Amino acid sequence: MKVVANIFLKNGVLDPQGKAVHHGLDALGFEAVNDVRVGKQIVIDLDTDDETKAIEEVKAMCEKLLANTVIENYEVEVKK
Amino acid sequence: MRVSVVVFPGTNCDRDTKWAFEKIGANVEFIWHNEHDLKNPDLVVLPGGFSYGDYLRSGAIARFSPIMKEVIEYANKGGYVLGICNGFQVLLESHLLPGAMKRNENLHFISKHHHLKVVNNDNKFLRNLEVGEIVNIPIAHAEGNYTPESEEALKKMWDNGQVLLQYVDEFGNISNPNGSADSIAGICNENKNVFGLMPHPERAMQSILGSEDGVRMLTSFLDK
Repeated sequence: MKVVANIFLKNGVLDPQGKAVHHGLDALGFEAVNDVRVGKQIVIDLDTDDETKAIEEVKAMCEKLLANTVIENYEVEVKK
Repeated sequence: MRVSVVVFPGTNCDRDTKWAFEKIGANVEFIWHNEHDLKNPDLVVLPGGFSYGDYLRSGAIARFSPIMKEVIEYANKGGYVLGICNGFQVLLESHLLPGAMKRNENLHFISKHHHLKVVNNDNKFLRNLEVGEIVNIPIAHAEGNYTPESEEALKKMWDNGQVLLQYVDEFGNISNPNGSADSIAGICNENKNVFGLMPHPERAMQSILGSEDGVRMLTSFLDK
């Protein structure tokens, strides 16, 4: 089963990469852009069929390694 | 005095650091990341570089190296640990120091000499320097934008004397190159035995190379 962890800087934490991409989009004429956040997507292939267990497992990975919870939030979902 | 310099795959300031400590009279050993013995040092140094290619986040993977278990144990027993640049990032990821590093606000890798102000010298690292003194030490990093755990945590660090160095201009006015909270360049833990700074004192050891202000910083570890 593949599980996806999406990791982003917390709201309120300035995202310099998002800001730079926002400037780039502005320069290209995409005027409707309000805000851009750049994050990471980590896809993990787990040897289990139990979705609940898989999500719990990847959440534990986020807490311990994948995210730095001082500055980052994460969301975990099963990849369909 | 014995200094153990930890070397991770991707560390690149290990030899400069060894040279700098030998120049001031220390005996220096390199400790490879998958060793389990720190060899009974008086000081452990985590040098600068790009441990594990900065994969995931700077310092995030190095934290799980076998030797880091020993470093954490050593620090928790009161042993002195100094993290320079990437070493500082490893100490943050290991939770030996509070807070986290983000990309520099302007997204650039910044490599230049920078002035720093000594904020607190009530510790082993900066006791040879005066409070308010301005030193000139090179910086070279892309992720030096220090972010505290919270506003309250930052206030507590100030109250405890854990904020050690700030980025300033040559006159001592705040001059923040990377967006760091309160222009912070260096901090220590509550017990004042674990130190981290983004600037490179080991690159400021000879006036012919621009500054020798690093000498007094590193020497303070040697003096009893």
